[in-house]
Amino acid sequence: MTDLRQLFDAVVTGDHVTSKAVTAEALAAGVEPLALVNDYMIPAMDDVGGKFERNEYFVPELLLSARAMKAAMELIRPLLAARGTQPIGRVVMGTVKGDLHDIGKNLVCAMLEGGGFEVFDLGVNVAPEKFIAKVRETGARLVGMSALLTTTMPAMKLTIDAFAGEGLRDQVKFMVGGAPVTQRFADTIGADGYAENAPSAVVLAKRLIGVAA
Amino acid sequence: MNALIAELLRHGPVLTDGAWGTQMQARGLGIGEFPDLWNLTHPDQVLAVAQSYVDAGSRVILTNTFGANRIRLAETDMADRVADINRKGTRLSKQAAGDRARVFASIGPSGKMLIAGEVTPEALLEAFAEQARALAEGGADALIIETMSDLDETKLAVEAAKQTGLPVVASVVFDSGKDKDRTMMGATPEQIAGGLAAAGADVIGANCGLGIEFFAPICRRLKAAGGLPVWIKPNAGMPELVGAETVYKTGTAQFASGIPALVEAGADFIGGCCGSTPEFVRAMGETLKKG
Repeated sequence: MTDLRQLFDAVVTGDHVTSKAVTAEALAAGVEPLALVNDYMIPAMDDVGGKFERNEYFVPELLLSARAMKAAMELIRPLLAARGTQPIGRVVMGTVKGDLHDIGKNLVCAMLEGGGFEVFDLGVNVAPEKFIAKVRETGARLVGMSALLTTTMPAMKLTIDAFAGEGLRDQVKFMVGGAPVTQRFADTIGADGYAENAPSAVVLAKRLIGVAA
Repeated sequence: MNALIAELLRHGPVLTDGAWGTQMQARGLGIGEFPDLWNLTHPDQVLAVAQSYVDAGSRVILTNTFGANRIRLAETDMADRVADINRKGTRLSKQAAGDRARVFASIGPSGKMLIAGEVTPEALLEAFAEQARALAEGGADALIIETMSDLDETKLAVEAAKQTGLPVVASVVFDSGKDKDRTMMGATPEQIAGGLAAAGADVIGANCGLGIEFFAPICRRLKAAGGLPVWIKPNAGMPELVGAETVYKTGTAQFASGIPALVEAGADFIGGCCGSTPEFVRAMGETLKKG
């Protein structure tokens, strides 16, 4: 029998070869896919987040852990879908209109997925109407917006306003982030939350949809 | 020390310029427009920004070429104009500078991450070398690699820039970690200074990121570890939204009051990054004169 703590360790140390191999073995041995996510991968990503907060990990380590987690999720996701297992939440993510930066947004997407969310990544330069269409299509209750430029930050407000214009503002929560974005800015534009980094974005996302972190 | 750098520093710290992007927005650059393309489409406006810094007393001005590498320009339809955009940008700054200022031509990050495999070291080296060549052809006095967050990418840019024979400044962003003294990738000022000195940079520095109050300790550490002149360009605080525009609330007086601590910490080139204006440069110049 596979020692499943190896999955936890592989995600924490960013070893995508081991995380995939252990997951494949465990699934072949009949372990519940959801148990792998809930008992090993989510705790592992929490541990990674803690190491980030304590300055033990920086972005390179987050990227490696996210990659290890993704390698395992690629095996698990189809099984969860086949069983009709619901994700803890659906989130539509994108870098706002006019902004082509995706490093931070990609990292948040990976960490959210590792945290049990189903992520719909719209990429960069996402117009308000694209966010709206994706929310209508998926029923997501959470929208994450990224901006790396002071010149594109106003597009976050335009997007929130566009949801209001469509009568959809109350159906979704908005979380925002990116280098020039601050809590104060988030408050000013009427966003529901601000996260300073990718690990705290996961904590925020869970709080916004009412799931215990 | 490189002869041009030594000449500039002979009489103490050198005043550089302030932000370009926000100045171009004030002249009509739209949200999401690629500023570097204005070298070809709105040269008069770019020239006016350069001129405003020379008139404000900048002894070193930069160029509107920060994003004009092949990798970034691939996001526009102008990737085949790399050389034109960089040559023109440098010429506009040289025209504004005349014999009153030196032009340090700007090279920014690729926007891709080496560690994530989004780009190869070879592709980065080639893209930076192509940009550096065009900046040199446009008449740059030196090259400034700025707003970098990855030491490995910065070292490749230095290697590419050195091929022109021009003096090279390399400046990174410290905005991460609980004390905000690490790069996004986790490097300390000591690691950055050591790595960039070994790569052959003539000047090392820190820019963008946070407000001026965070820069003096970083400057001191860069200077001690690198043994090279230090380049410092803080942001004018953090942006806030007023109406439909982002504005910086740190005032010129508040910014200028942070200058003596930077000089004390050994800063050799001093200017402002995002949100700073010609007014900031004027105020900094007055503070430097008093010092």
